[in-house]
Amino acid sequence: MEALLAFVVAWKPYVLAAAALVVAPVIGALLMGLDRILTARIQGRVGPPLLQPFYDIVKLLGKAPIALNRVQVVYACLHLALMMLVVVLLAMGQDLMMILFVHAFSNIALILGGMSVRSPYSRIGSQRQIMQMLAYEPILVLMVVGIYLIFGTFQISRIPAGGVPLLVQLPLVFLAFQMVISIKLQKSPFDVSTSHHAHQEIVKGITIEYSGPYLAVIEITHLYETCVLFTVVALFWAPNPLVGLLLAALSFLFQIVLDNACARLTTMWMLRYMWTLPMVLAVSNIAWLYLRNGASLG
Amino acid sequence: MAKLARSPWVVHYNCNSCNGCDIEFLACLTPMYDAERFGVLHVGNPKHADVLVVTGSVNHRNARVLRNVYDQMPDPKVVVALGVCTSSGGIFAGCYNVFGGVEKVLPVDVFVPGCPPRPEAILDGIVKAAARLGAKIRGETPPPVEKPKAAFQPAAVPEEKK
Repeated sequence: MEALLAFVVAWKPYVLAAAALVVAPVIGALLMGLDRILTARIQGRVGPPLLQPFYDIVKLLGKAPIALNRVQVVYACLHLALMMLVVVLLAMGQDLMMILFVHAFSNIALILGGMSVRSPYSRIGSQRQIMQMLAYEPILVLMVVGIYLIFGTFQISRIPAGGVPLLVQLPLVFLAFQMVISIKLQKSPFDVSTSHHAHQEIVKGITIEYSGPYLAVIEITHLYETCVLFTVVALFWAPNPLVGLLLAALSFLFQIVLDNACARLTTMWMLRYMWTLPMVLAVSNIAWLYLRNGASLG
Repeated sequence: MAKLARSPWVVHYNCNSCNGCDIEFLACLTPMYDAERFGVLHVGNPKHADVLVVTGSVNHRNARVLRNVYDQMPDPKVVVALGVCTSSGGIFAGCYNVFGGVEKVLPVDVFVPGCPPRPEAILDGIVKAAARLGAKIRGETPPPVEKPKAAFQPAAVPEEKK
């Protein structure tokens, strides 16, 4: 027992990373199941069991593998591997900018996978995914810049645990980040490249040529990503983890209500919207921080 | 392990149907009947699907397309034949162009009777198909299916038209 404890203490970052790799998809799947139940209740029906995402993924993993080409499989696995790297980097308290880039590369792997087949639906989905990245990446970069302006470092492990919560210093960036989550969760009004609903429509594009275990790989990646996003939301109130969890829960509820209250909008509308209101919010927050810190950083 | 059958994703193909069954099938997937409580998702893409729902009496032109849709679904998979046309040809039985029965093209797992079937019958058919899907996942061979007993039998062709 003591040997185990000593091992955990000595290898703490690695143990944390391994634990995060196991726990993150479970949390993601539970959130997804809860999402499906809440959506069903909003629509006045009972909805699937909480463990439905687990049933779906186990079933998909058990199906016969059919791939159109090997590249497609490589990109699906790369999509998952890079997202797992994001979780590892986050758990080990690494560089935020690095995490952002690895996350972007994970999405680029998905885009390339969609582009590697001849189906026009898959390619349209990939192009829409590119537009999505164009819409949300600037906000994420501005969020990281804001964190740098506050703490003077990109390294998560060097950020002090106590002090003023991020939400107080980056309230407008937080609002803009909610829109980013809505895009990343494939929720209305921004579910243009692939969607939780509307499986028959063109919006299912990017995953259309994946089947069986390869689709399961993409679904698992989505679970990891869901968990990462809400972890970041919780980190906006890091001094008290309970308040952080409450914040994440509120954000989750907001996403579900938004999804059920909105119709899907066009890709260009999404781009125009993201580059105006959330962008102005984020930039003005950064400008305020910059002016406040002006003397010390100058 | 009944849990294996809890995620039947459905794709729907209209084989020469009058559209009655198709309208009923889509209505059956609305929040009113809540098919999602059985894990049913209507995916509209054979590559994601486990259950193929066929409507209509298959004819010579679309049998090839139906076979193509079926072949694109990864194993294990099941077929639900919806409506009386899919078991006997229904009101089209005996027409020169129809096969009159999906089982002549694909191995059918569940026949759902009715013209069109009621939403409860459709859901029941999909749940039964999911149970057979679970058996197939476990590597068992489900028992052979029987056609609905009350299916329409085509009239004999008159002697002078033979």
